[in-house]
Amino acid sequence: MITLADQLLVLVLLINFIALGTGRLIFAIRAVAVQGVILGILPGMIHSFSWHLVGITVVIIIVKGFVIPHLLGRAVRSAEIKREVEPFLGYVPTLLLGAIFTAFAFGFSGSLPMVPEHQNYMFVPASIATLMTGFLVLTTRRKAIFQVIGYLILENGIFIFGLLLAGAMPVMVEAGALLDLLVGTFVMGIVINQISREFSSLDTSLLTSLKEE
Amino acid sequence: MYSVLQDSVDPALLVLDATLVMGCAGIPGLFLKRPGPGQAVAALCTTLAALVGIATALKLLFSGTTASCSLAWNLPFGSCELAIDPLSALFLIPVFLVTAAGSLFAVGYWPAVRNRRSEPGLTFFYGILGASMALVLLARNTLFFMMVWEVMALSAYFLIVTEHEREEVRRAGIIYLLATHCGTALLLLFFSLLAARTGSFLLPATGSLSALTPLAPVMAVAALIGFGAKAGLMPLHFWLPPAHANAPSHVSALMSGVMLKMGIYGILRSASFFYDIPLLWGTLLTIVGLTSALLGIAFALAQRDLKRLLACSSIENIGIITIGTGVALVGAASQSTELVYLGAAGALLHVLNHSLFKPLLFLGSGVIIHATGTRDMNLMGGLGKTMPRIGGLFLVGTVAICGIPPLNGFVSEFLLYLGFFSQIQGDKLIYLMGAAPLLALVGGLAVLTFTKLYSSVFLGTPRSLWSGHRGGELPMGVPMALFALLCLLIGVVPQTALSLVSSAVTALFPRLPLSPLAVEYGAILEKLSLAGVLLLTIVLVITLLWRWRLGREPVTAAPTWGCGYQRGTSRMQYGATSFSELAVSIGNGVLGQRIGRPLLTGLFPERSECSDLPSETLLDRIIAPFLQAVGIAFAFLRRLQNGLMHIYVLYIFATLFILMLWAH
Repeated sequence: MITLADQLLVLVLLINFIALGTGRLIFAIRAVAVQGVILGILPGMIHSFSWHLVGITVVIIIVKGFVIPHLLGRAVRSAEIKREVEPFLGYVPTLLLGAIFTAFAFGFSGSLPMVPEHQNYMFVPASIATLMTGFLVLTTRRKAIFQVIGYLILENGIFIFGLLLAGAMPVMVEAGALLDLLVGTFVMGIVINQISREFSSLDTSLLTSLKEE
Repeated sequence: MYSVLQDSVDPALLVLDATLVMGCAGIPGLFLKRPGPGQAVAALCTTLAALVGIATALKLLFSGTTASCSLAWNLPFGSCELAIDPLSALFLIPVFLVTAAGSLFAVGYWPAVRNRRSEPGLTFFYGILGASMALVLLARNTLFFMMVWEVMALSAYFLIVTEHEREEVRRAGIIYLLATHCGTALLLLFFSLLAARTGSFLLPATGSLSALTPLAPVMAVAALIGFGAKAGLMPLHFWLPPAHANAPSHVSALMSGVMLKMGIYGILRSASFFYDIPLLWGTLLTIVGLTSALLGIAFALAQRDLKRLLACSSIENIGIITIGTGVALVGAASQSTELVYLGAAGALLHVLNHSLFKPLLFLGSGVIIHATGTRDMNLMGGLGKTMPRIGGLFLVGTVAICGIPPLNGFVSEFLLYLGFFSQIQGDKLIYLMGAAPLLALVGGLAVLTFTKLYSSVFLGTPRSLWSGHRGGELPMGVPMALFALLCLLIGVVPQTALSLVSSAVTALFPRLPLSPLAVEYGAILEKLSLAGVLLLTIVLVITLLWRWRLGREPVTAAPTWGCGYQRGTSRMQYGATSFSELAVSIGNGVLGQRIGRPLLTGLFPERSECSDLPSETLLDRIIAPFLQAVGIAFAFLRRLQNGLMHIYVLYIFATLFILMLWAH
């Protein structure tokens, strides 16, 4: 059981690198969808069976695996763009940074004072690494859709951390977090549409023209 | 039955409820589509809340007790204690009174039907300002104090910028924000030092700290600047004239009548923490007060804008209050009980008085501006004939503010004079006698200033065509009449007002035996009261005789004889600027009144203009250049805000990363 959960977490980390290394939007969206599905399965791996757990799993898989990718896919199609053309930071440097941050995450979590039953898992380092990947995507990519993807990865990182507490977490908090994410994506979808209509481009760096002088 | 009911209710809770009602009074208006009912509901709620609040405060004052309660909150800064001691109760009276009167006044002055866009916000923030000031007085937890203090400061800002379409108004708002936040910064310093000293976030009890520790002077200076900026003491007064001139009149009335007093309350409250205040502090406060009073009234004299004049005169009155406070502290340092009592009672009574006659004058200025559509006194005139009742009420206010018997302004200044002269036999504090002629000079200049104001606004003939509105005079007149009546009442029965103030003085200085003095000076004021009644009777008799004579003979109106000049116009009268020109020219080095005179040549000079520009010496010559320099020096910080979303995310990322490394 433990090894399977850890293997899935390794997969999550690999997907992080896919998101960092690709410029194709549809590919990145699908990668994040797969990451969401894996995260949906994970709670079942580490906690004993309960209907509460089944509920979480099903809802997460539906929202992260299908609803959000669908919304994003539609935004990509309506904006008619396929690739991130010129990111602030190239793909290779981003990948290198991602590797450095992942290493840092492992080093950092090794020194955290944790409860004994959590010490053998990879949850904490994977969570921090994913969080930082999300930040990297947010800061280095220009297109608004990549911003949403970065945001999703960031959220996934936070979610992995929350997995440790899934048993203790009330349904309301989970429902709230999921709803937050869904609404966030929804709003970003609208914003993306507005940006592409206003600036006829999805380049968020053009938003500087809104700044006051 | 009634008294049983009243006794069973905790007075602190009663005041808290009244405050809550006052604060929420403007909320219904935000959601109503039809203009009008929201404003009426707000006025009604505020009036009812004020009745409850004033009654409770008076009861607490007369009984001299302290009511307290504690709010449940989950912040890690100690318990949120609220208390009403006599000092708070005394300041609560103007808070409730002026807020209620102003909200009634607004119904006629800022009718919702004519100001559909600005009225809901104005009514809402007006209630919030009143409620936050009441909470400032109740707060005994420093953090809660700072919170409500900021709510007060910000709601006042939103009230000032009600007419934000005008550039001038926005500038006044920015200047106000600057001044108030500089003050807040120093208050934070003060309260942090206080918390470090006492080890808790509760305000220390009266007389529980020593003023002789090395950090105490730092605390005193921080408190003086922090609270003084709000009160408008002299070097920090620069926000006051533009803010008061550009706010709606009932807002100016509330700010000048009550909000400035919150600064005074802060100074008094912080002074009460210490039991051994050195002589220097009191002397410093007296000097600051004298400067404010003298320069404030001198600036007022030079104004031609009606509301700026009133605002400058607020600086003067705050100065007088500060003189009283300083004298009381000097007395406390030199063990002169008499000086303590007279100084503190004079200051507190003047707080009460100024919160009656200044709102009266500001509300009156509202009616005048409403009717004429201008604030420039050089364009007014002759209003006494078209609105005689308002003119009469305004006259009461001007007489009171000049400190002329038998009105209330005289009583508080009388107490201060008694204080100065009480040292005539002493050997240590003989120099306090020097303050008496200065205060007299202030009084004389005040008479000059308000004669200028009244004569140029109400007397003579109109100097221009006006674009004002008529109507709404009943809701505007009633609050004014209430204030005028209270001014007269305190002037005629000053001993009652003194007994109100005495319990607050006792709460400030609980260690000193002040009650025999209260009795002694109460008796003196009773004699004053007799003289006042006599004077009032004489005035009434003369007025009646005069009217009787006027009624017997036919009265004819004719233009003033113009020495045979045939083309006289109504602009050829002594205007506001010309009235005070000579007096202002004496102190023009400081006042900086810029009168632009045309050069007249030949027998038939060309058409030309004469202008009178008010200048703000401190603001224009020192503060504005200083801020410009600061702006240039910190220009690099603007690059942090570059509008790039990625960079903003990067800031968050960097913060997180640094925190992680740090915790590591």
